[in-house]
Amino acid sequence: MKEKEAAAGASLWRLVAAAVLILAALAVLPRFVDPYQTVLLTYGLIMAIAALGFNLLLGYTALLSFGHSAYFGAGAYAVAFMMRDLGVQSMEVFIIGGMLGTLAIAALFGFVCVRHTRIFFGILTLALSQVLWSLAFKFFWFSGGTDGIRVGYANLNLLAGLIDFKGPGSYQRFVFSYYYYILALFALATVIMWVIVHSPFGKALQAIRDNETRARFVGISVRRYRWIAFMISGVFTGLAGILWVPLNGLTTPDILYWPFSGEIVFMTVLGGFRTFAGPIVGAVAFNYLKTYAVASTEYWQLLLGAVLVALIMLLPAGIVGTAARLWSKLARRA
Amino acid sequence: MTILIIQILNSFFYAAVLFLIASGLSLIYGVMRIVNLAHGTLYALGAYVSAWIVGSALGHAFNSTLGLFGLLLLLPIGAFAIAAVGAFVEPTLLRPLYSRPEEYHLLVTFGLLMILDDVMKLLFGGTPLSAGSIMDSVGSIRIAGLLYPLYNFFVIIIGLVAAVGLWWFIYRTKFGIILRATSQDRRMASALGLNVSRIYIQAFAIGCFMAGLGGAVVVPAQAAVLGMGIDALILAFVVVVIGGLGSLEGALVGALIVSLVRTAGIQFFPEIELAVLYLIAAVVLLVRPTGLFGRA
Repeated sequence: MKEKEAAAGASLWRLVAAAVLILAALAVLPRFVDPYQTVLLTYGLIMAIAALGFNLLLGYTALLSFGHSAYFGAGAYAVAFMMRDLGVQSMEVFIIGGMLGTLAIAALFGFVCVRHTRIFFGILTLALSQVLWSLAFKFFWFSGGTDGIRVGYANLNLLAGLIDFKGPGSYQRFVFSYYYYILALFALATVIMWVIVHSPFGKALQAIRDNETRARFVGISVRRYRWIAFMISGVFTGLAGILWVPLNGLTTPDILYWPFSGEIVFMTVLGGFRTFAGPIVGAVAFNYLKTYAVASTEYWQLLLGAVLVALIMLLPAGIVGTAARLWSKLARRA
Repeated sequence: MTILIIQILNSFFYAAVLFLIASGLSLIYGVMRIVNLAHGTLYALGAYVSAWIVGSALGHAFNSTLGLFGLLLLLPIGAFAIAAVGAFVEPTLLRPLYSRPEEYHLLVTFGLLMILDDVMKLLFGGTPLSAGSIMDSVGSIRIAGLLYPLYNFFVIIIGLVAAVGLWWFIYRTKFGIILRATSQDRRMASALGLNVSRIYIQAFAIGCFMAGLGGAVVVPAQAAVLGMGIDALILAFVVVVIGGLGSLEGALVGALIVSLVRTAGIQFFPEIELAVLYLIAAVVLLVRPTGLFGRA
C-alpha cells in the first residue's frame, strides 16, 4: 500500500514537472516568434479550454454532445451584450458575468438533456443549441443578426483596469498581454479540470461511463451526476467563448450554429478523448490545421473532412492516445 | 381565405420535400442504427446534380426535342446519382465502424458532410444553380384570382406517391420483410442466411435515393445553394424526432406537422419560427422519447 502511494506520488511529481516545463516553454515563446504566431497560439489555448470542458462529457461521462456551440456562443454573446448595453470594460467582470450566464443556460439545457443518453442525447443537445442559434439569427435588432456584434479590444481592460489598450501601438500590446492572460487562465482551467476528474466526483462519472447499472447500485444518483458534469462542461466551454470574443473582435451566429459544435467534437477526437491531455493537444493542433488549410486552399473543408475520416478509420485513439501507445510499446521493448 | 388556401398548399409542398428527406434518414436509422449527419448534404447534392443535368440539357438545345416531359424525366437522375454515392459510402466508410461505439458513426458522417460540402463547391461553384425553366414551363393556375405554380402540385403528388410506394415496399414486398427482419435482429437475419452486408448497402442506397429525390424535386422551385443541406438536415431531424426515429408513418406525420408549424410561423411569428420547431422537437423527446410513432 505504502509503495503504491509512493509510486503515485512520484508520478504526480513527474506530471507537475512536465506541466511546469510546458508552461515555461509556452511563456517564453512570444519572445521568439512573430505576433501572428502568438495570436494563433492564443486561439489554440482558448479552444483547448472549450475542448477540455467538452471532454468531461464525452471522455469521462460517455455523453456525446453535438450542441456545445450553445455554451461557447452564450459566453461570447454575454460579453458582447455586457459591453454594448451595460458599458462594461473589465475582462474580469466579463468572465464572471459570462460564466454565470452560461451556467444558467447549461443548467437549463442540461436538466433536459441528461434524461437521455447515446444518440438521443446528441440530438437533444443539437436541437437546443439550434434554438439559441435561431434566436441570435432572427432577433437581429437585438443580436445584430448575421452581422453580429463588435467587441473591440480597445474598450477592454485586464486585471481590474491595471492594463488597458488605449493609445498608439495598442494592438501589439493587446496581443502580448492577452496571450499571458489566456495562458494563466488556461493553466488554471487545466488544473481545475484535472482536480475534477481525479476527485471522487470524477471517479463517479467514470463509473457511470463504464457501467451505469452498477454505478446506480453503488448508490450514485446517475442523473444528478450527469447534470452536474453537464453544467461544468458548459461553463468551461462558455469561458472559452468569453475569452475568444475580444480576440476575434466580433461575435456572429456562426459560433452558435451546429457545425461549430462539430468542430469542438473534431478537435477532441483529434487529440484523443480517452486521455486527459488529448483535448488540449487536439484543440491546438486543430487550430493550426484549420488555419493553414484555410490559408492554402479554398476547399479547406474537404481537407479537414478527409483528415477527420482518416483519423476515425486509422487512429481512433487520436494523437495523444496513439503516442501513449507507441511510447508504452517502446518502453516495454527497452 | 385565398391566402389560407395558398399557405396550406405551400405547407403541403414543404411537407412533401421534407418527407422525402426525412424518410431516407429514418429508413437508414431504422435498419442500421446510424444517424447520418451527411443526409442533408446528400439532399443538396441531389439538387445540384439535377439542376446541372437539366441546365446542360437546355444548354445543348435539347429543349425542343426533349420537351417538358423529357426534362421532368431528367430530374430523377440526381436521385440515382445520390443512391450511387450511398452505395459507395456504406461499404467504404461505414462498414468498418459497425463494431465501434455509435459516436464514431456520427463523427464519420460529419466528416463526410464536410467533404461533400466542398465537393459541391468544387464541382458546381459558389453560384446558385436552378432548374427554374421547368417550373416556368409547367405554368400556373388561378386560385381565386392568385396565380399558383402547378409544379407545386406535382411535388405534392410525388411526395404522396413516394409515401405509398415506400409503405408498399417495406410492408408488402419480400425485400421489405427482409429489411424489417434485419433491422430487428441483425445476427438472427444473418444466421438465417441473409446477406446482411448487401442489405445494408441497399438500405443505405435507398435512404440516400430519397434524399436525392427530395433535392431533385425541389430544385425547379428553389435554386440549389451552398448550405441548403445543413439547414435541411436539422429540419429533417426535427421531423424524425417528432414522428419517431425509424418510423415511416412518423416521418409523414412529422413532415406535415413541421411544415404546417413553419408556414404558420412565417405568417404569424416569424422571429421565433425556427426556435418553436426546435423546442417542439425537444419537448417531444422529453415527453415521448420514441416520438409519436416510434417503438422503443
